[in-house]
Amino acid sequence: MIGLLASLLDGILVGAVYGLAAMGITLIWGVMDVINLTHGAMIVAGMFGVYLLAGTLGVPVYATLPIVLVGGFVAGVALYWIAVHRVIGQPPLMSLLSTFSVNLVLIGLGTAVWGTVLFNVQVSLPGLSLGRYTFPGTHLMAAALTGVIGGLLYLFLYRTRTGKAVRAVSGNREAAELVGIPTRRVLALSFGLGVALACVSGMLIATLFPFTVLSGDAYQLKSFVVTVLGGLGNPAGALAAGIALGLLEGLATPFMPVSWTLVIEFVLFVVVLVAFPGGVLGLRRARAH
Amino acid sequence: MTLLRRPFFWIIGAVILTFALAPTYGNNVELRESLLLAAVYITLASNLNMMLGYAGYVNFGGIVFFGLGGYFCVWLMSALGWPLVAATLAGGAAVSALALLFGLGILRLRGAYFALATVGVNQGVMAFVTNFGPWGGATGIYLSPALFKPLGGPAQALWTIYYLLVGVMGLSLYLSYTVKSSKFGLGLLAIGQNEDAASVLGVPAPRYKAAVYSLSAFLPAIAGGLYFFKGAFIQPPDAFDLQLSTEVIVIAMLGGQGTVTGPALGAYLYEELRGWLLTSPTFSNFQLVIAGGLLLAIVLFAPGGLMGLIYRRWPRLRRILE
Repeated sequence: MIGLLASLLDGILVGAVYGLAAMGITLIWGVMDVINLTHGAMIVAGMFGVYLLAGTLGVPVYATLPIVLVGGFVAGVALYWIAVHRVIGQPPLMSLLSTFSVNLVLIGLGTAVWGTVLFNVQVSLPGLSLGRYTFPGTHLMAAALTGVIGGLLYLFLYRTRTGKAVRAVSGNREAAELVGIPTRRVLALSFGLGVALACVSGMLIATLFPFTVLSGDAYQLKSFVVTVLGGLGNPAGALAAGIALGLLEGLATPFMPVSWTLVIEFVLFVVVLVAFPGGVLGLRRARAH
Repeated sequence: MTLLRRPFFWIIGAVILTFALAPTYGNNVELRESLLLAAVYITLASNLNMMLGYAGYVNFGGIVFFGLGGYFCVWLMSALGWPLVAATLAGGAAVSALALLFGLGILRLRGAYFALATVGVNQGVMAFVTNFGPWGGATGIYLSPALFKPLGGPAQALWTIYYLLVGVMGLSLYLSYTVKSSKFGLGLLAIGQNEDAASVLGVPAPRYKAAVYSLSAFLPAIAGGLYFFKGAFIQPPDAFDLQLSTEVIVIAMLGGQGTVTGPALGAYLYEELRGWLLTSPTFSNFQLVIAGGLLLAIVLFAPGGLMGLIYRRWPRLRRILE
């Protein structure tokens, strides 16, 4: 019984990080109606960021977070101008394919350089003991940092002028433009932020589990599940849904082989989309533009 | 037979004939293997194009049909002793039926959501097969060499499989062409342009989408059966290889989505490019990178693909090619 409880609590900790990854997707979707298929590659970029900075250059593991955050932001803004800007406002097919092709290029480069072997990042943090069970320190730290970043994102979106501009563009791009908001810059900024969140979540995941260049796909799928659970374009919902998914994984792991988790998550994804088509309504709104 | 009077019908015929005859001169096995891969690419790309180009729905996991078809065929032959043709046809029918079932679920999703769900279908089916005992789980199924006997031994069997695959390719092109010139195809193209408007004008969108999803599963499943029979071995990572799925999207976009000729042209060119890349010492590791770069360039600068460029240069070709 205590084992299951511990598994559930640990699921919450890991789920918070899934929520952080999903915030990246949901922010980009909410602002520009683009599904960012480079998300998985960017999570992997964050993983390798911490691996290289901490493993090769000897930067303390958690000190890499701001570096990864800034690096992700710069990469995201660059990506926006290269691959996304031209397809904004076109049918969803085009933005899907353009971000997908960037994903191919990045994953292709990654596999050419690192192959598909497992990597891991060594972190030594004392755990927290609860009876016979010990929560790994890395899980606690990752959840705490997720809370901090989530809070900062909230403050940015609701308390700063730029953040309010992001929300205005998300609400109605034309109207935002009419009142003098430089929408293009806001779009680039939001894309940068979304990618930065993906990179940071990748960095945190790398401290929890071993990873390969191809790990991004599984986490990307998880992010999409979380995003639709939490409602598209809703960062707070994404965090809550991430925790819910983590709970579900924690509940499922003692009872079934790990390889089934992805199937369950996918089924959940489709069921949620079909039964609660809030997301589908979102797409209709996009088409009506 | 108005079909016989259309020049395009004869173009398809000439392509099939070239494929069938070219490698028989001097028993050119190397050319045959290269053309076999091209035929598989053309089959997959033409069928994907009915979803992607006509109805405007991206199917990132189209390879699931190919892999499942392979599994059905290999399993029917090894476990139940069915002959090749019966096993591939049964595989095609079973996968088509499954696609209809999946389609009724995930086709309620639009655009981007559908695209994401298709990745999930592929990954979900792959995880299921990996855990499914009767299909060999993660180790897959090996075919006994004895199964090649009824086809006249392994060497003769490879030729038979090649001809069958070329036939499947021809059927794919023909299907792609027939659908495009039918009322059904017109409905799909309308859905691709604007689904809401199409529904208002009386196109039964849900039924058409499910039908085209199921239809586009049939021939790839048969091709998968033949392909994996040829290798005498099937296991989940090969059968549900998302990279192949990706390449097929690049092919359809390269040739020109929504045209019949485009995917075939794209498949041929891509196969040539791939052969060159694999033998080039510098680029052999960067195949995905180049495919991705190519796709990005097409999406950003020439969304109509090669056929789009050709039509713009020679508009009269529209009357001959489809």
